[in-house]
Amino acid sequence: MILMKTPDWTAIRQDFPVLNQEVHGRPLVYFDNAATSQKPRPVIDALVRYYERDNANVHRGIHELSNRATSAFEAARERAARFINARSSREIIFTRGTTEGLNLVAQAWGGEHIRAGEKILLTEMEHHSNLVPWQLLAHRVNAELEFIPVTGDDGLLDRQKIDQLLTEDIKLLGVGHISNSLGTINPIRELCARARELGITTVIDAAQSAGHVPIDVQEIGCDFLAFSGHKMCGPTGIGILYGREEKLDATPPWQGGGEMISSVQYRDAKWNTLPHKFEAGTPDISGAIGLHAAMDYLDSIGRREIFEHDAELTAYAWERLGEIAGIRRFGPLRDRGALVSFLLPEVHAHDVVTMADQYGVALRGGHHCCQPLMRRLGVAATARASFYFYNTLEEVDQMADALAEISHFFNRAL
Amino acid sequence: MLLRKSPTFSTVHFEELYQDIILDHSRRPRNYGELPDADATVNGNNPMCGDDVTVQVKFDAADRQKIAKAAFTGNGCSICMASASMLTLKVKNRTRAEAGALAEKFQNLVTGASELSPEDESLGDLQVLIGVRKFPQRVKCATLPWHALEEALEK
Repeated sequence: MILMKTPDWTAIRQDFPVLNQEVHGRPLVYFDNAATSQKPRPVIDALVRYYERDNANVHRGIHELSNRATSAFEAARERAARFINARSSREIIFTRGTTEGLNLVAQAWGGEHIRAGEKILLTEMEHHSNLVPWQLLAHRVNAELEFIPVTGDDGLLDRQKIDQLLTEDIKLLGVGHISNSLGTINPIRELCARARELGITTVIDAAQSAGHVPIDVQEIGCDFLAFSGHKMCGPTGIGILYGREEKLDATPPWQGGGEMISSVQYRDAKWNTLPHKFEAGTPDISGAIGLHAAMDYLDSIGRREIFEHDAELTAYAWERLGEIAGIRRFGPLRDRGALVSFLLPEVHAHDVVTMADQYGVALRGGHHCCQPLMRRLGVAATARASFYFYNTLEEVDQMADALAEISHFFNRAL
Repeated sequence: MLLRKSPTFSTVHFEELYQDIILDHSRRPRNYGELPDADATVNGNNPMCGDDVTVQVKFDAADRQKIAKAAFTGNGCSICMASASMLTLKVKNRTRAEAGALAEKFQNLVTGASELSPEDESLGDLQVLIGVRKFPQRVKCATLPWHALEEALEK
């Protein structure tokens, strides 16, 4: 029997200094975690320690500090490989974040392998960062974009259309693991398995999932997977692109500069080995070290435990929001990530967010970088509450009570 | 539905912004709709939030310096919709120069660049939108239709 230790969520919350404050005279309720997460003390300390003791440039230095910085930077890469169960740290490329990772795949892999008339299949719920890079590529090489439709407010991919669209005609499939606007957890294992049978290259946008659920790239069976450090307790400016080794080997360098070369002549150069081939210039060393601390921190709690805690908050929020007459909630009832998008009756999302802020509740309102999806759902914008493991049921109550008042205030008789 | 405690707005400072008159204009925007044979049509949008407003102006047939009518269409938050609605009422029968001066004055007031003197009543209902200056992220919502108007006045 495996003994599951329940994390001490109250103690864990104390690790986040920023949460202990009032905003507009109310306790801060930070529900904008899908945009960026807060940072725990161990991550902040790792950054301070690095800059106070070890700061130097990596890889080519001979001196002690450069050795320390290089060891710490490469240790972060090893840690990232374990975090997502990559076969080797050669498959781990440091990037600025998910967006850069996806652009790298589109421009370098796509630029080499996708030709005129070939098809790229995405879903209607992709974030702009897993849409616009493919548009740029498609326009450049004259490729075509296809989309798996979303069924409606319940935010599910249309199963029947998947079978129709996912055929040998497709060269590449790009899917978000968890939708940042709907919360949908997409069936990426199933999609990647089907794609693999057909010889289709797969790219997963894991921005909303990497810090929330266990990720095993071998089990998922994807070719590429990108995520950001800052949405999973790490610093901004650092992210990971995982690429299956043979895919990375078949990808030409993306940016040129120091670090990505093995030898340079005036008119030609030879590329460095993986993963350095894709890391031109001085990387975000402190970012990688902070991300290492964040991965350790998340796994000290347990990603399964985090997922279950998030799910409890999300289910409770869904239910409490449902008490507001006329509210429209988006996304599926089951299998959803830690967020709820909604619209209060007759209140624009920006008015909701401005008013909620006055209650100390930090929400986000807008198109969530999913303009085509918003048009598809027939809305200009939604308000979104997104949760993380340091949030509490009491905070959900504070939000729900505030939103009930806001709805009442806005729908008052004039 | 669970009925909770009645609203306690006293500690929350948005009543100042969301006054009845703003809600009224956003619920029932005036001069909303396409203006047939408009002389100028200018779209303004804020990609950050999705507010999207098209302002249309028709000049007087005899006196091309004078605005005969203004109208708008679009989609946005209550601040943006109310601002556009009030704009169409306010600039009607004004000269280009007067409307331009009003646009400049209004924008200076909502951005906090200038103050309204207590005896100045020239803004009328528009005055309620000055409250938006306390919400820096929302200032653009109020100024968006006025930017569009300024561009329309050039045509």
